[in-house]
Amino acid sequence: MLVSKSYAVSLLGLAGTVIEIEAEISSNLPNFVLVGLPDASLSESKDRVRSAANNSGFALPGRRITVNLSPASVPKHGSGFDLAIAVAVLAASGELNAKSVSDWVHLGELGLDGSLRPIGGILPSLLVAQQAGFSQAVVPKANLAEAQLVAGLRVVGADCLAEVAELHGAEHKKTERRFSVRSGPANKQVELMPELDVSDVIGQDVAVQALTVAAAGGHHLLMVGPPGAGKTMLAERLPGLLPDLQMTEALETTAVMSISSRRRQPGASLNGLLVRPPFEAPHHTSSVSSLVGGGLGVPRPGLISLANHGVLFLDEAPEFSQPVLEALRQPLESGEVLVNRSSGSARFPARFQLVLAANPCPCGKSHGRAAECKCTSQQKIKYSSKLSGPLLDRIDIRLLIEPANPAQIAMAREGSGARQTSKELRQVVLAARQRSGARLAQTPWALNAQVPGPYLRRNMSIEPSSRLALDRMLELGKLSMRGYDRCLRLAWTLADLEAEDRPSKDHIARASFLRGADNPMEAR
Amino acid sequence: MTFKQNLGIQGENAAVDYLEALGYQIITRNWRCRFGEVDIVALHNSQTVFVEVKTRSGAGFGHPFEAITSSKVRAMRKTANAYCVANRAGPSIRLDAIAVYLLHGKISIEHLKQVF
Repeated sequence: MLVSKSYAVSLLGLAGTVIEIEAEISSNLPNFVLVGLPDASLSESKDRVRSAANNSGFALPGRRITVNLSPASVPKHGSGFDLAIAVAVLAASGELNAKSVSDWVHLGELGLDGSLRPIGGILPSLLVAQQAGFSQAVVPKANLAEAQLVAGLRVVGADCLAEVAELHGAEHKKTERRFSVRSGPANKQVELMPELDVSDVIGQDVAVQALTVAAAGGHHLLMVGPPGAGKTMLAERLPGLLPDLQMTEALETTAVMSISSRRRQPGASLNGLLVRPPFEAPHHTSSVSSLVGGGLGVPRPGLISLANHGVLFLDEAPEFSQPVLEALRQPLESGEVLVNRSSGSARFPARFQLVLAANPCPCGKSHGRAAECKCTSQQKIKYSSKLSGPLLDRIDIRLLIEPANPAQIAMAREGSGARQTSKELRQVVLAARQRSGARLAQTPWALNAQVPGPYLRRNMSIEPSSRLALDRMLELGKLSMRGYDRCLRLAWTLADLEAEDRPSKDHIARASFLRGADNPMEAR
Repeated sequence: MTFKQNLGIQGENAAVDYLEALGYQIITRNWRCRFGEVDIVALHNSQTVFVEVKTRSGAGFGHPFEAITSSKVRAMRKTANAYCVANRAGPSIRLDAIAVYLLHGKISIEHLKQVF
């Protein structure tokens, strides 16, 4: 009898393959056979397709239906093939125009009543389809906003199978029933939610400045301070200082968010596109695979990939298990992570800004004169050694945070001492980023924090008189070569923030302060 | 005789008429052994054809062919084998299914060849 084809996409990480779905109806006893390495949820697809077709006014033929997913050697998973299977079968049984069906990519999960339900990974799937030469796609209406992010692709959103069938020339009228399809999260959201404002922070002017520097140069940040000093409050306000994501960054981040099973942060997306930098703050009991990426059989992105082009905040950093912290080192360096699983390996972007917060000691009272601290030196050493040298090496800013004193709190209550808002600071950050971007235009880097030491010393010269103090510290052995480079990077960011062409002596001095001690928790 | 049994016999009669019109030579009907029953055994182009007939008087319970389950198919295979042993038939055999709709005195027939 007739064989017809339709197309869908199988994703492995952000990469994928266009899957050709062949449906054949043969003269044999009624049966529905699905071949081509489907997983459990995909095998159940045949029952969804049968019910959905029946309830959309089509009767599947009382014959043997064989559906093959090709290439048959690629493992396929998920419910996103339902629609493509349904239209292929209906085309094979002569209900739909087979030519029209095979011209489109079909993505979506079917409900028993024929409704079309949203699926994850729409954006990366459509990018794959477009690269494979497709120019038209049908997606669930709830996914339409995300699907329309793919430029140059004609996308049609549908609520039910009958609607798709009409597109392919079915004579059936749309069924009377109204479908109550849950619309995808955040799809109705058009306005962006206001972010936390840095002007809420009282009496931490130095820390706010450090935060601004971190935002402008993309520097990783460590904050050490007693409980209640405002470390978490500060960290949560860092994304508010970061400029909007650029188009390529936003697409990449949206794509990762799309394949993760998690809901988007409400209000973070504009018409389906994630325009604000993401913020992820995992609990300190998180596992390596939850952070770096894992998944059962199928590679799934971890939190570091969800925080791509945004902020990863590890509160109580020394409480994280050692393997988790060490696993961050390689992605910090390369900006991506390779997740290997039984069904294949996937490369996820992981270009995040790391913010660590820690107490100065296990009891948290070792600040100021440390009069109340009862920790033994052994306990302190054990606590501080959780943050290993190689990890701290990658962190440019190490900041000690003292609790706000009563005078500062009183001043804030009276409203004196005008504090800058996140919006104002974001403009400053944006200007600084433009300066560094222009300077680094000929290089593969965009932010000061990404510039490697040799290039920094060779191509970005600073007046010898400005860096006199730094050179002296290096000579005296008080500063390692790495520490020297970090100071230079921070000095450049400080200069960018103040719109100066190159760092002055003052910038270097402040950079040296922001860099802090090699091990800030043992500093006292 | 119940309505169901009566309907079955009507359907089988209709199937026999249909096969004879196509030139099939009916050898026996309702051949039984301990494995089960074959509705029609026929000879066509020197091939022994075993036919399972399913009859419906409406579409309320799905397609007639859907009622031929895999366990029924297994039973048919064994029965056909037993028939061949007992009657020295074969070696070329075929298993067919025929669906008969009896609606308001009208008969419509679907015939699937070589199904099992």
